[in-house]
Amino acid sequence: MDLNSYLIISSILFSLGLFGVITRRNGVAVLMSIELILNAANINFIAFSRFSGMDLSGHIFSLFVIILAAAEAAVALAIILNIFNNFGSINIDDANKMSH
Amino acid sequence: MTGINLIFWFIALMTIISASIVVLSNNLIYSAVSLLFTLLGIAGLYVFLWADFIAITQILIYVGGILVLIIFGIMLTHRITDVTLSQSSNQQMLGGGIILIIFLGLSYMMLNTPWFQDTAVEPQETINQIGYLLMIDYLLPFEVASILLLVALIGAALLSRSSK
Repeated sequence: MDLNSYLIISSILFSLGLFGVITRRNGVAVLMSIELILNAANINFIAFSRFSGMDLSGHIFSLFVIILAAAEAAVALAIILNIFNNFGSINIDDANKMSH
Repeated sequence: MTGINLIFWFIALMTIISASIVVLSNNLIYSAVSLLFTLLGIAGLYVFLWADFIAITQILIYVGGILVLIIFGIMLTHRITDVTLSQSSNQQMLGGGIILIIFLGLSYMMLNTPWFQDTAVEPQETINQIGYLLMIDYLLPFEVASILLLVALIGAALLSRSSK
């Protein structure tokens, strides 16, 4: 349970999230993959905070990341709902026009 | 000590396996449910990192808020008559290759960098200190975050209302 094991876990999560973002075509699935990436960054913040003398600034940063993730999820889901209403599906390859 | 190690690796394995179900499953509901286990596992990792407040916040906001929002999004963007909430993925081989290269580079960098490390004693609680930091050192970002949440609230309500 040293620093490296946390870093490896978070880089696995980051890679999985990036893989989801570039391969999935469903808007909600892309959003879930983005949440994975944000959580991977959060694990890094907390792990570095724990292993560098318990400096709690890392905790504050991860709190702000969680706040931003909440705001981002709300706005992104509103946009996805609009895409669904305008295009009839949430395949993000179809949504390549600003209007329909 | 070995018992704690066993629990740690169990939680880490659960997090990673459910995260891979999130990105690989063809059923969106399965993805959302395994995202739940991923987020809970990450909260468990926070407990191992002595971050009690962040772990509780993770469960409250991610599991209680964002995940419910995502499940609402899945339900609202699929017609009830659709039997399967399936979705396709494109070019998994190419994407997987690129991501594998990125992952290998990332882990090589992480394992070979001499990170700054310092020992610390386990604190009784972190909430006290986080409160001081938020109200003294990070007061401006704290207030900006509250404005951001308000703006996101109004923006989401404005975007998702019907066009009439």
